[in-house]
Amino acid sequence: MSGHIVPVKIYAAVFGTLIALTLLTTGVAFINLGRFNTVAALAIAVTKMLLVILFFMHVKYSPGLTRLVILAGFFWLAILVAMSLADVLTRGWSPEPAPWSTLLLFSSGLV
Amino acid sequence: MAEMAAHTYAEGTHPPGFAHQFEDLSQQHEAGSLGMWVFLVTEIMFFGGLFACYIIYRSLYLPAFELGSRLLDVRFGAANTVVLIGSSFTMALAIHSAQTGKRKATVNYLLLTMLLGAIFLGVKFTFEWSHDYVEHLIPGFGFEVRPEWGAVGSHAQMFFCFYFFMTGLHALHMVIGFGILAVLAVMASRGRFGPEYYAPLENSGLYWHFVDIVWIFLFPLLYLIGGRYPTGGH
Repeated sequence: MSGHIVPVKIYAAVFGTLIALTLLTTGVAFINLGRFNTVAALAIAVTKMLLVILFFMHVKYSPGLTRLVILAGFFWLAILVAMSLADVLTRGWSPEPAPWSTLLLFSSGLV
Repeated sequence: MAEMAAHTYAEGTHPPGFAHQFEDLSQQHEAGSLGMWVFLVTEIMFFGGLFACYIIYRSLYLPAFELGSRLLDVRFGAANTVVLIGSSFTMALAIHSAQTGKRKATVNYLLLTMLLGAIFLGVKFTFEWSHDYVEHLIPGFGFEVRPEWGAVGSHAQMFFCFYFFMTGLHALHMVIGFGILAVLAVMASRGRFGPEYYAPLENSGLYWHFVDIVWIFLFPLLYLIGGRYPTGGH
């Protein structure tokens, strides 16, 4: 014996919930909620992911070290997305600097 | 952490599948599972790069991405989500069967998982991708910008690049998973797994569930958040 045995009843309940959430997210997509369509879709996806990770992947019964490794993975993913967006979405905030050659002409007093 | 007290086995009395560098089966199980998760974290970053790109380009070309999303058939996406979740369920049951010493059930659940995986890929290839080809929606294979798409139409190709790269990479993972399941089914039928040893099943299960999770995000991102409601527009 080397691992926790999850009762079939729990697997079945998780499976049923995942199917229900799939139907829910598909249905919600056809109702106009404005920007909350995206929020709802992602919230349901994250809920489904947590159910799969905790029960199907047995992380609910995993040691702390394994959980830490998983959290670190998602933390790095968050850095990847947040830093990339911080660049792209703020590009319009400051005016584009003039090419260096123009600056050189101005500072040299030729123009 | 270890439910059983750490002890060493006497020479020649190792349980099946036990590698002697470990204290006991419990420690071996934890080490194997941790290693598999480290690999899955690299997979998170692998797919994460694509997801990050998708988020950025969607924010830059939102109307074109919503247009592209509405050109996908949500019925196939939803049906495949149900099929894939079902295959995760049968995978979990296969491991459960091995844990409780049911050899025949282990093989059957593995075969059922393979069947559901094959249905997913079948729907993807025959109903979705081949349909996209006929509709000229595959970039690089005669993609056609339709006049009714309007001003944002030329950017719709960007959405379909992401669609085929993301679902293609996911499908590649499914094909690899299918091969792993086939090997496991043969091993299980030869009685290699039981309550004492089922690590290959457990770790392959982690991989299969991970691929399921990727699809759990691809489905809403590609099929659902394109403004499918009748009034449309923003």
